[in-house]
Amino acid sequence: MGLQPYLILAACLFTIGLFGVLTRRNAIGILLGIELMLNAVNVNLVAFARFTGETAGLIFALFTISITVAEVALGLAIVILIFRVRRTVEADNLDLLKG
Amino acid sequence: MNAGTLALAALGLPFCSFVLLAVVPPLRRAGRVAGALSIAAIGGSLLASLVLGRTLPRESVELTWPWLPAEGGPMATVGILVDHLAASMLVLVALVSFLVQLYSLGYLEHETPPALGRYYAYHSLFAFSMLGLVLASNFLQMFIFWELVGLCSYLLIGFWYTKPEAARAAVKAFWVTKAGDLGFIIGIVLLWGQAGTFQFSGLFQMAADRTLPTAGLALIMFLIYLGAVGKSAQFPLHVWLPDAMEGPTPVSALIHAATMVAAGVYLVSRVYPLFLLTPDVLALIGWVGAFTALLAATLGLVQADIKRVLAYSTVSQLGFMMAALGAGAAAAGFFHLLTHGLFKALLFLGAGAVIHAVGTNDIWKMGRLYRAMPQTAIVFLVGTLALAGIWPFAGFFSKDAVLAGVWEGGLTTPFLMLALTVFLTAFYMFRVVFVVFFGNRPAEGHPHDVPLVMSGPLWILAILTLGWGISLAASGGEEKAHGPEWIPWLASGLAVAGIVFAWLTYQKRAVSADALARTFRPLYVAALSKFWLDDLYGGIYRGLLLGFSRLVGWVDRYLVDGLVNLASAWTLRWGDGLRRIQTGRAQDYLYGVAFGLLLVIVWSYWR
Amino acid sequence: MGWNGIPILTLITWAPFVGAMLIMFTARHHPLAVRLIGAVTTGISLVLSLAVYLAYDTEAAGFQFYEKISLVPPLGISYEVAADGISLILVLLTSIIIFSGVFASWTVQTRSQEFYALLLVLVTGVFGVFVSLDLFVFFLFYELAVLPMYLLIGIWGSSAQVRPRGIFGWAMRETGVGSKEYAAMKLTLYLLLGSAFILVGILALYMAAGGSSFSFLEMEGAAFDPVLQRWVFLLFYVGFGVLAGIWPLHTWSPDGHASAPTAVSMLHAGVLMKLGAYGIVRLGMGLLPEGTHDWVWLVGTIATINIVYGALSAMAQTDLKYVIAYSSVSHMGIVMLGAATLTEAGLNGAVFQMFAHGIMTGLFFALVGLVYEKAHSREIFKMGGFGRMMPGIATAFTLGGLSSLGLPATSGFVAEFLTFLGAWRSAHSWWLFPAVAGTFLTAVYVLRVVKQIFWGEVPAHGEFHDLPDARGPEWVALVLLMFVIVLFGMVPWIAVYPIDTATVPLLTRLGVRP
Repeated sequence: MGLQPYLILAACLFTIGLFGVLTRRNAIGILLGIELMLNAVNVNLVAFARFTGETAGLIFALFTISITVAEVALGLAIVILIFRVRRTVEADNLDLLKG
Repeated sequence: MNAGTLALAALGLPFCSFVLLAVVPPLRRAGRVAGALSIAAIGGSLLASLVLGRTLPRESVELTWPWLPAEGGPMATVGILVDHLAASMLVLVALVSFLVQLYSLGYLEHETPPALGRYYAYHSLFAFSMLGLVLASNFLQMFIFWELVGLCSYLLIGFWYTKPEAARAAVKAFWVTKAGDLGFIIGIVLLWGQAGTFQFSGLFQMAADRTLPTAGLALIMFLIYLGAVGKSAQFPLHVWLPDAMEGPTPVSALIHAATMVAAGVYLVSRVYPLFLLTPDVLALIGWVGAFTALLAATLGLVQADIKRVLAYSTVSQLGFMMAALGAGAAAAGFFHLLTHGLFKALLFLGAGAVIHAVGTNDIWKMGRLYRAMPQTAIVFLVGTLALAGIWPFAGFFSKDAVLAGVWEGGLTTPFLMLALTVFLTAFYMFRVVFVVFFGNRPAEGHPHDVPLVMSGPLWILAILTLGWGISLAASGGEEKAHGPEWIPWLASGLAVAGIVFAWLTYQKRAVSADALARTFRPLYVAALSKFWLDDLYGGIYRGLLLGFSRLVGWVDRYLVDGLVNLASAWTLRWGDGLRRIQTGRAQDYLYGVAFGLLLVIVWSYWR
Repeated sequence: MGWNGIPILTLITWAPFVGAMLIMFTARHHPLAVRLIGAVTTGISLVLSLAVYLAYDTEAAGFQFYEKISLVPPLGISYEVAADGISLILVLLTSIIIFSGVFASWTVQTRSQEFYALLLVLVTGVFGVFVSLDLFVFFLFYELAVLPMYLLIGIWGSSAQVRPRGIFGWAMRETGVGSKEYAAMKLTLYLLLGSAFILVGILALYMAAGGSSFSFLEMEGAAFDPVLQRWVFLLFYVGFGVLAGIWPLHTWSPDGHASAPTAVSMLHAGVLMKLGAYGIVRLGMGLLPEGTHDWVWLVGTIATINIVYGALSAMAQTDLKYVIAYSSVSHMGIVMLGAATLTEAGLNGAVFQMFAHGIMTGLFFALVGLVYEKAHSREIFKMGGFGRMMPGIATAFTLGGLSSLGLPATSGFVAEFLTFLGAWRSAHSWWLFPAVAGTFLTAVYVLRVVKQIFWGEVPAHGEFHDLPDARGPEWVALVLLMFVIVLFGMVPWIAVYPIDTATVPLLTRLGVRP
């Protein structure tokens, strides 16, 4: 198998994730979308590592995974805090930045 | 002790007294103790000046210290220059200061101790500044002390600062003299540009060697003369001096009669070698001086305030001195400065004694004071006779010298003006004498002669005025004028005519004062309105200066700053419009990011 | 390194910063401790600046007390400090003003801890600018000096009343003219605009000099292209000129100074405006001789406008703080004029005026603060007769006024006189006349104010009763400043000697031998 199917898979994953982030109203859903996008990147990294023979990509993928974990933990914590304060996690209602 | 040390001692004592009074508040608030300190200091100065006058070497003594360093030697120095001119002036200043400070102890006995302490602190500062001015060895130092005496004048006119008139007069005096000083400082700067030095000795040397570039020198000397116009109350900047009478009378005697106002005359005498290079300026000085003398004399005719009469006579006499200087008779002008310093201080202190006793300045509320205060009447009469120029008082000789000098200088019209002034002077001074000391109505209240601390200085000045005159008369007078024989006779005749006329008008009532006023009605009205000069200056100040400043203030706030606010307001409005695209929803922003990313991809693909 | 091995300039610069840290971390809820820390740390700076001032070797001249620590070697950024005659006197000025400022704001009540901390941080920035030889660090310090001002004015300031009128009235209403927030914002934006110009100028010089060092000493050796010099000088002139209050970019100064609390006005008008003038002299004239020659006509001419226009505007004000603020605009004109004359006398006068005006305006703002605190009014024409109630303040105000109008025996005279001499010797001798006229206008508005506030009778409406005179710590500030005014007026050579050692080499590099 060549590189292409991996890249197509990654692109699909990314697009699905982006779609989720943009359309989901629930904050948890948005977080899931972000996870998908990050994993699309991971797929890319691993695929390129496999095809070029460089190990740097693998290491980066490991980094990304660990950072993702942290990011999810932080993100969920924020969502929970928001829920405590605002009693909602609907993204449309979270518009404190409105100018 | 050599001359330099003595001069420094004379200068330093009042300075130390001032510093002590300024930085030790308890001492200042002690009032009479402060007075004693100040008087002791100026007494020491007087002693030093007298010794200096006795032991003065023939050639001038000069000491200098660097003051403003520059590469390749100092650009300005401070120092002292002692010669005959300075030494005579030094004695006059120290003497009058000493007597006036002594007199003030009595005159201001009802002041609170802190106020008295402040008064003496100012006096010490004045004595220091005036002595510094006299001893100045260069233009810059002259200017420094020149401004400092102006400051003291301002502070002392405004001594009773809660009186609105005093406050106004003080500020007016400062502004008007400052206007003249603008010319002075520009002149100094220009002269420095021309000659590269402020030093009198260097400049005189250049003048003697004819190495001083004369291009533009007339303008420079004219500008320097402007300083003297302001300080010595020459037309048209004389308007501040009569108002300055709002200050305590001893202050008027010291600053506004004997010493500070004579500084302008002293300045011209001091740098006379430079003025000699510019005959046109000298002629102008002569004309302005004579005109000032006449103008002030006419103004003196109509005043009801005894101090204002004396103030106008001071302006008039300063005009005499300036006229003499302008005509080339520098010695005569300076001689008149010295005698005038004595008898005018005497007159002011005498007037102060009268005011102290009667409690008013208005001569029409006084009368027959000869009975109540004979001592004061006698000394005042001595001063008046000297001012009128009656033989053998000192004023006779100096005025004679001035008239002769002006005649010899070829200034015929100014001479005639001065001659007329002699008549008017005698007339308005004896008007005061007859109304105040004789007349037919008694004064209000219970006037009485003044205590010794006040009468002492009066007698000393009276004796000096008379004694100096007699000694001159006896010696034939080496300072006697070299003019034609008829001048003394003419001057005396005019003076006596003035006295007789005043006697007829105000004592015998043979001539009606009202009739005189009617006859010379235009002149009378003009003199009462001070020839509208004060109104003119008031108009310039309020209308032109303040009006223009309001315009500039308006432009600054509403146009210059308005443009800034305009820019800022526009920014705010634009921001307000653009704000609406901020919905605050994270997803909307992400749409933006995604869309932007898409654009980039498309753009990179099609490029 | 430093002076006898002691990094003395670093100590001067950072002592207030250490004080600020101490105040923030140790003195919470102890108002007296806050003030004492402020007084002690600025006192250390004052004593050390005096030591530096006395230890400076005028024979050797040049930059002394040199210290250098490399910060970012690849970019040639280092912490490099030294002082020459000009920085010396300005460091002394700064330490005098901040020391008196600490005492003059003794009575600040709200959040005094933060107030003092910010003030001290700001002053570190000012010291840093005056001693830095590295342009990058210079700029950092410059920003450090400018930014705390926003908070200091915005939080502790006071608002004035300005009626929006005229064709731009709507704009004035919209921007909120007169409020302290407006003043703080205006000042900050203006000064940041200036900083932007300066940063561009510094980077342009850095690149043109080879991009290897930000050091002033190395750039001094580089011969820049004349065209570059012309434009960079203009950048510096506008950038620093904003802070120096050049017309017509001065309008932040009246609003800012009038709204700022006492110590901040003192520091801002007294010292920060000098940063601008210092920048023009040090960087503009020091690095760009040909650029200087191209533009002095503009610098001097605008300076004369400043002098006359500032004085006239001051005359038109009815708010006491605005009068003093506009007088600063006028006096900074003297500084710029002196610098533009390119003569020894003029340049010495300019530096001397920086010092003299700093002290004088510091005194003024301290007094205005005191009067306001006691009388709760800044409206000149409602006051009157205060001299009897507060003789000490009246005396100090008069002395400050006299220095401002250039009365001999005060430091103001020496500065103005030197500037006059320089102006006449310069290529544009007509500059002398507006400058001299400015002193007369100053006499008019200063004495008018003195007469109105302190002389005459107390107004009958009874608003001002038994106002107290200055007290305790406030006297420290007043007496110190008055002493300096008179001292430097009577013996100016103590300042002119060191200044001259710095200005003569500067003029030599400019190709105009005195």
